[in-house]
Amino acid sequence: MTFSYYPGCTLKTKAKDLDMYARRSAQALGIDMQELAEWQCCGAVYPQAKDEIATKLSSVRALMSARDAGHDLMTLCSACHHVIKRVNNDMATDTDIRMKVNNYIKPELEYSGETKVVHYLEVLRDYVGFDELAKKVVNPLKGKKIAAYYGCLLLRPGSVMQFDDAENPSIMEDLIKAMGATPVLYANRNECCGGYVTLENRPTAQRRATSVVSSAKAAGADCIITACPLCMYNLDANCDESQKLPIIYFTELLAEALGVK
Amino acid sequence: MHRIGVFVCWCGTNIAATVDVKAVAEAARKEPGVVFATDYQYMCSEAGQALIRQAIKDNALTGVVICSCSPRMHEATFRKTVQAAGLNPYMLEIANIREQCSWIHKDIKEGTEKAIILARTAIAKVMLNKPLTAGESAVTKRALVIGGGIAGIQSALDIAEAGYEVDIVEKQPTIGGKMTQIDKTFPTLDCAACILTPKMVDAAQNEKIKIFSYSQVEEVKGFVGSFKAKIRKKARFVDENLCTGCGDCTSKCPSKKNKNEFNLGLDNRPAIYIPFAQAVPKVAVIDAEACIKKKTGKCGLCEKVCSAGAIKYDQQDEIIEREYGAIVVATGFNPIKLDKYDEYAYSQSPDVVTSLELERLMNAAGPTQGTLLRPSDGTHPHTIVFIQCVGSRCDDARGKSYCSKICCMYTAKHAMLIREKYPDTDVHVFYIDVRTPGKNFDEFYRRAVEQYGVDYIKGMVGKVIPHDGKLLVQGSDLISNEQVKIDADMVVLAAAIEPDPTARSVATMLTASIDTNDFFTEAHPKLRPVESPTAGVFLSGVCQGPKDIPETVAQASACAAKVIGLLAKDKLLSNPCVARADESLCSGCSVCQNVCPYGAITYEDREFRIPGPKRSEIRRVAQVNEAVCQGCGACTVACPSGAMDLKGFSTKQIMAEVDAICR
Repeated sequence: MTFSYYPGCTLKTKAKDLDMYARRSAQALGIDMQELAEWQCCGAVYPQAKDEIATKLSSVRALMSARDAGHDLMTLCSACHHVIKRVNNDMATDTDIRMKVNNYIKPELEYSGETKVVHYLEVLRDYVGFDELAKKVVNPLKGKKIAAYYGCLLLRPGSVMQFDDAENPSIMEDLIKAMGATPVLYANRNECCGGYVTLENRPTAQRRATSVVSSAKAAGADCIITACPLCMYNLDANCDESQKLPIIYFTELLAEALGVK
Repeated sequence: MHRIGVFVCWCGTNIAATVDVKAVAEAARKEPGVVFATDYQYMCSEAGQALIRQAIKDNALTGVVICSCSPRMHEATFRKTVQAAGLNPYMLEIANIREQCSWIHKDIKEGTEKAIILARTAIAKVMLNKPLTAGESAVTKRALVIGGGIAGIQSALDIAEAGYEVDIVEKQPTIGGKMTQIDKTFPTLDCAACILTPKMVDAAQNEKIKIFSYSQVEEVKGFVGSFKAKIRKKARFVDENLCTGCGDCTSKCPSKKNKNEFNLGLDNRPAIYIPFAQAVPKVAVIDAEACIKKKTGKCGLCEKVCSAGAIKYDQQDEIIEREYGAIVVATGFNPIKLDKYDEYAYSQSPDVVTSLELERLMNAAGPTQGTLLRPSDGTHPHTIVFIQCVGSRCDDARGKSYCSKICCMYTAKHAMLIREKYPDTDVHVFYIDVRTPGKNFDEFYRRAVEQYGVDYIKGMVGKVIPHDGKLLVQGSDLISNEQVKIDADMVVLAAAIEPDPTARSVATMLTASIDTNDFFTEAHPKLRPVESPTAGVFLSGVCQGPKDIPETVAQASACAAKVIGLLAKDKLLSNPCVARADESLCSGCSVCQNVCPYGAITYEDREFRIPGPKRSEIRRVAQVNEAVCQGCGACTVACPSGAMDLKGFSTKQIMAEVDAICR
């Protein structure tokens, strides 16, 4: 199981843990993560503007490198996954964007969205399989009540992301079960945490973050897991003190369960 | 010697705006065999037809080509025209220069060029046309109605009223359909049962109507005027002729916890049951999946208490074969499943219900005897939120792209009835648009808002969160541009409606066409709205598209009028464009018989003269039953020895057309 791997900037700075535990777990599961050479920032939110071309280029370069390496492109950060998957969809379906980007980059072989973009969680579900993963758990997280937080970036828009049922996802809950812990279902698990407005409208971000964490807390969760560095920051920093719960990257718990933490 | 006339129609500006009609006529005139060519503003008008008739007489034409709209539109019209001038009606060809040319091109030069080629093609074909004569077939004076809801019942009653026999085949144990589950009907608020059940009884008592309940049409063969259907009458394990509908069995049955379909699973029914008090036929049915006797062989209580001796545990399905002249499709609809709409928490809270479930919760014969109570705890709801367009007008794959048409009105009805009966209950309605065209419809909706104080909020709901026995509804108010949060006791979802799941198989069985949403397609959306493109198949009710009760009944009667028109004929002219086997070429391989979808081909042993001392031999050759053949041409393509040919569309003619295009 070999994948081209796109970590993204945050995983090299603020979210080193997300990356480190992912690599250790992958090794334990027999997944070969080959980091792309000379990858650049995915472009964050900017490439999503319809008339933006320049900001889509770095995502397209990553997608092309994976194609040339002959692998699917694995992502981990929710935001990078969202951006790369959507840019890839633009390249596959929007002839205008495809033409302009190819004219700009002038690659030897034109790119038209042929690389498959898979998130680390999708690799666990679709390539490893949760049943197989459960067999490799050496340190089951028995008794732990874990709330999965999806946020919006992994799920929506559902027709493009095709990650899981956007209104009733189950992939992280299935992972929690495979790790031997108990998933906690709560209403706000797929609501936006407000991370994007934290600079311009802090009170809204605080209200959103608190409503997510308190919803998980009311449902009896011990902690919340996420795949998104921005959600991680926001759910912790902007949550009302009285409602706080530990926010953990899912890869950290995975590494713990697999005994490679 | 051919003497062909070519007539180019402008169709007002429909054709003339993108095709230089004069140039087309000019080019046609130069084709060999063409002795006359002209253009005219509306060839289908009386003046246009007179022009054609006159030209046929003046020029002694032997064949006619009309360059106009699709043959589906006016082929029949022009056949009559040429016939009136003394030509055989099949000496006519239509070149479609409208749908397949002027409407799809923008450039006059391109359009004209293509129109000339199409005209040339039709001229090449008509040169090889031979006069054909339509045969005759008899009409079985009986109609089959598939589906016994209000649409099927109304069609059946009207056909019977005209004196023809009708069979209604209904898959449920009772006729009545969805309307039996509805409490009150808009815009007059009369109770659905009060207006429907008399019609159900009328249907049952009408001598001309035979009801096959708990039955399904399994196979239909034949053609307009002469269909043969196989109906499977499912075993109900109760003798229909003996059961009096007293209900003694249902009260004694020990297997009581089975979901009651009539109340949409909101309460339970016994294994032996009568769907509801006014069921027609009022005969019990045993649910074999739930019956203890059927499952374990022990019990038999119902048999003991039945004084009529009607219980027959060993009853088998029965296949009935009947012949019909016409078929009415009235297969109806269902609300969509809401499993893909988890944001509204339908699967998470029993207090989130569909509008049809609400009908049962407000109906005197429903699980709560008509008192509106929360399914979760039986308490009185003080705040109710209605969400419209759940799955309707949906731009992704979860729902339907169309408007379900009935939801705005029934939601206004529900809101009004709740405010009337429980003035202490607040009612909020989230909507995209309120669509209430129809007689007295908008007045009805205004009444809900102005007189009953229903709070209409323009915007959609993003999420419903069950929390502490309440439903937290988060939505947006687009007019005040604010987020709205409502703590509701109940949420009612106006689920989109879709054709019944059987629509697809019924369509396949009847070779009738359906659209991408599985609604039956009409022969013409404006001018033939109750006929299917398949001759002898007619459409009644929601199977053709979303509609309310008044519209359904109107369409059902229109459909009946078309059926009566057909059954009133003693003979039908059949299509002479049918297949013919050239016996001298046929090798008897049976390939054509296997591909024929109508069962029109049989094989016969025939004696042929051959050279040599034997002088003759017996060979097995294909025979086409012209009354059954629909002229689809499948056999002509399949035949490996080229023995099969289609009259009016012979291989020679088609090759001549191809040559003309490629010239």
